[in-house]
Amino acid sequence: MRNRSLAFKLAFFILTCSSVILGTILGYNYFVSRQMILGNVEASARDLARETAQKIETVMHSIKEVPETLAEALEEIPYDEETLKRLLRSAVENNDGIFGSTIAFEPNAFDGNSLYFAPYFYRSGRDIRLTWLGGDDYRYFSLDWYQIPKELKRLCWTEPYYDEGGGNIIMSTCSVPFYRRFGDERRFMGVVTADVSLVWLQKMISAIKIAKTGYAFLISKNGTFVTHPRKALIMNETIFSLAESRQDAKLREIGRDMVRGRFGFVPFRSFVNGKDCWMAYAPIPSTGWSVAVVFPRDELMADIIRLNQIDIVLACGGFFILFIVIILISDSITRPLRILARATKDIAKGNWEIELPDLKSKDEVGSLTASFLYMKEALKKYIRELTETTAAKERMESELKIAHDIQMGIVPKQFPPFPERKEFDLYAVLEPAREVGGDFYDFFFIDENRLCFVIGDVSGKGVPAALFMAITKTLIRASAKEFSSSEDILRRVNAEILKDNEACMFVTVFCGILDVQTGEVSYSNGGHNPPLYLRKGKGCEFLDGEHGAALGILENGMFVRKSFFMGEGDVLYLYTDGVTESCDESDKLYSEERLRNFLSGNLEESPKELVKNTLREIRSFSGKMPQADDVTLLVLKYFGSMSAGKLSNEMIVVLENTLSSLPVLASALTEFGVKHGLEAEVINNVNLALEELAVNIISYAYPDGGKHEILIRLEKCEREFLVWIQDDGKPFNPLQVPEPPIEKPLEQKPIGGLGIHIVRNLASNIEYQRREGKNILILKILR
Amino acid sequence: MTRRRSDFGQTGLRVIGLLAILAIATVWRPSRGESAALKKITLMTEWLPQAQFGGFYAAKEKGLYEKYGLDVTVLHGGPSRSPYDFLEKGEADVAMLWLASGIEKRAKGIRLIHIAQIVQKSALMLIAKKSSGIETPGDMEGKKIGLWDSIYQIQPKAFFKKSGIRVVIVPQSYSVNLFLRDGVDAASAMWFNEYHTILDAGYDPDELTTFFFSDYGLNFPEDGLYATEAKFSEDPARYEAFVKASMEGWRYAFEHEEEILGMVLQYMKEAHVPANYAHQRWMLERMKDLILPQDRTRPMGALAAEDYENTARVLKESGLIDGVPLLAEFHKGGEGTHAE
Repeated sequence: MRNRSLAFKLAFFILTCSSVILGTILGYNYFVSRQMILGNVEASARDLARETAQKIETVMHSIKEVPETLAEALEEIPYDEETLKRLLRSAVENNDGIFGSTIAFEPNAFDGNSLYFAPYFYRSGRDIRLTWLGGDDYRYFSLDWYQIPKELKRLCWTEPYYDEGGGNIIMSTCSVPFYRRFGDERRFMGVVTADVSLVWLQKMISAIKIAKTGYAFLISKNGTFVTHPRKALIMNETIFSLAESRQDAKLREIGRDMVRGRFGFVPFRSFVNGKDCWMAYAPIPSTGWSVAVVFPRDELMADIIRLNQIDIVLACGGFFILFIVIILISDSITRPLRILARATKDIAKGNWEIELPDLKSKDEVGSLTASFLYMKEALKKYIRELTETTAAKERMESELKIAHDIQMGIVPKQFPPFPERKEFDLYAVLEPAREVGGDFYDFFFIDENRLCFVIGDVSGKGVPAALFMAITKTLIRASAKEFSSSEDILRRVNAEILKDNEACMFVTVFCGILDVQTGEVSYSNGGHNPPLYLRKGKGCEFLDGEHGAALGILENGMFVRKSFFMGEGDVLYLYTDGVTESCDESDKLYSEERLRNFLSGNLEESPKELVKNTLREIRSFSGKMPQADDVTLLVLKYFGSMSAGKLSNEMIVVLENTLSSLPVLASALTEFGVKHGLEAEVINNVNLALEELAVNIISYAYPDGGKHEILIRLEKCEREFLVWIQDDGKPFNPLQVPEPPIEKPLEQKPIGGLGIHIVRNLASNIEYQRREGKNILILKILR
Repeated sequence: MTRRRSDFGQTGLRVIGLLAILAIATVWRPSRGESAALKKITLMTEWLPQAQFGGFYAAKEKGLYEKYGLDVTVLHGGPSRSPYDFLEKGEADVAMLWLASGIEKRAKGIRLIHIAQIVQKSALMLIAKKSSGIETPGDMEGKKIGLWDSIYQIQPKAFFKKSGIRVVIVPQSYSVNLFLRDGVDAASAMWFNEYHTILDAGYDPDELTTFFFSDYGLNFPEDGLYATEAKFSEDPARYEAFVKASMEGWRYAFEHEEEILGMVLQYMKEAHVPANYAHQRWMLERMKDLILPQDRTRPMGALAAEDYENTARVLKESGLIDGVPLLAEFHKGGEGTHAE
């Protein structure tokens, strides 16, 4: 039931209730009308029985008066045989109801001579005849019609009996005792009788029809059936023998009640067809007989039963209509609900364009639909806004990603940054806490031997810091072109920042300049964490020196310059506070001290390894804590001056942009070849290729006509020579020069064309880069 | 028309007339098969057709008489039709009489032979209404008692004498209506007949007081079969065969009650006697009690010497007979005469 539909529940409960109500009404109606009919039936049955009994009684009464009168007369008057005959004849003659009559005397009572004296007048056709009763074969003294009135001393009706000659005529005899006074004694003299045919009675009772099969019957004082629709019962059975045959104790009780001369109304089973009936009975007092009328129950109830059947049919029809109405109503209620339920699913799937039921009705379903519609619109709006917000966020995120990439592009990330420089090694990393950060580093040569390196930290984080960082870095680069000392650079940058610093941002900067030839480092600190100086084999300590203020704070900020000489293998370790202020899970800072101790154990590492180890160390310290601040590291390791003479498999030649400097290259190559025991032919080939390239550069790279340097670096590897050629002339990629036609004369060939051709033939691999305003050509020449 | 019957199920001269026709019809019935070899024999019952004679009907209808080589005609007695009269006149070969009647006649010198004792126990009784205050024999003192005539009065009179009471005897006809109408305080009745008639008139057994004479040392076995000595000596075998076949008929009747009741009702219908199934069933069941009393073990049809002597003694005491005939002379035939 719980899982059934609303329509089913409605139909079930309403129909159940109404059927109970209707059933009760019908049942009550049936019961009451049945009681009413039963009441009517009882009344009419009793009336009919009583009336019938009275009719019979009236007839019997009129008949009995004849012998009664005779008996009375015989007591008074003197009589002789003739008188008696006359009396009897006239009694029969004058009473149609009397079939025959006699005056039967006691033995020898009439004249003392004849034992029997009983003249009997009876009808025979239209005649009235006389016969004499009594004889050896008819000793009437002990017969009922004589003996019973004699013994009872009153009028008696005999039990009905079959007439002797007239076929199946049932008769009864009314006998009245008569007496005669002899002195004081009133002596019994005999009886006066009147025989009566009961045919009229049978006819009368058979004529009684009740409904279709109802009937009446009459039983005698002994319970014998005198009339009954079932002829076989008549005179054969008594109501008691029938009760015995049927083993019907109730019937026996009814019979006893009837023969006792009582009135009654009882339920009864018809003898004729076995139907349930009601029976009313009434006595005929003078004879002791009883008349019964039988009312078939179903026939009397037929009307009410038919009425009930019609009621039931109507009820069924009503139920059907009710059922249809319930189905329609519940459907009209549940259809919008079902649509709403389906709509909810659709909405959950993201389909907003679903149809909702019409808002016709203002009932609960209507208001639910309205609410649902409102909810749908609200949700739609919300989702749209959410979509927009999400899109905006995604756009921002993608922009930030781009900003991140750009920021990462701002700081140099090519390592090793100066492959031609063997005096030092440098490695740096910038890891913003967010997409973009305010940290930065930079390094660049401000002249041939001086490397400027910078690390900075803008106040704040995110995009503003990133923008500020970009400005600062640019300013530093620009300033470095103008000034060559660290304090001047910082001072200038400070001034520039302060010009338009409405955001009141500031930046800490450490700026150092390394002279790679001497190992001297001069530096100024604009409020930045002091770097660590790792001395080979000796330990690690913070660089001392006054801290200037951070840039962007003081109008006329002054910065102190300090300097020291780095030994071979020493390392300068620059970092931002993102390193030392990393927190572990208990909010403990990593601290400078911990950093110093960590680095003390890593004195010999290369810059790259130091950076990676530091990052790993910080991450393991932080554990699951997110990175709170940008982390920036710049590590510079100094190897010592190259011009000190100790050379390996490397040769560096710097040419002026004049053709006259070419022999320098040749001699240097020859010297390199001799030094390394190389074959002259190989050196010549290399020389030829380099000379071609150098000539090209000298001839065409400098339209300004100024003085420039061309750097050529040669490194002997196991199987090949690695050659770097670097110039600061106009951008030129020799690899884009087309193959020259061989047969053309030398002079007619396009610029550099033939030289490049030669180089291509010599080199196994050629690579061109344009970097920082320089053309870099890298060749691999097989030995 | 001159006569009348006054009672359902009992008397009526018309019936008697019809009985004659019935008897003729029965005689004229086409004999079956070996009719030439069959010995004719005529039985006269005591009364109109009823279950009291069911065994004879069974023997006749089921072919038992034929089996014994007999062609039996059944005549029915009735009011004013005394079986002895028919026997005497030679119209019947076998008559059904009460033992007391048989002894009385034999004692008077009538050459009558007892050939079988069908009923072993007396069914004669007195019935009183408890409402008339009769619960014990002594209560009948001075009351009006309906008695049938002659033979039916021997037991009641001996009973009254024995009980030391004096009653007013009212002649009783064949109906019990006088009793039912309170014309008498007690009435004579046969257990198998009138007693049930009274029940069938609406009286319940517990409303009645019954006095069975057999309970008061007056067990006069009733229905017996008799023949004249002359005829018997002509062909004793014929009578013996008749007795045997009749007893077989009774056995059959008790084993097939429903079938026999159908037969009885048919006989009654043919005789135009009011027929009542319940009444006849009662009668047949009682006949079983009377013919096969549970307290006796002797074979069917045998006459117990004890019963004979008892009956004869009471008759003598009543002054109805002077001397008791010898049982050996009184009874002839194959069936046992003496009780063991």
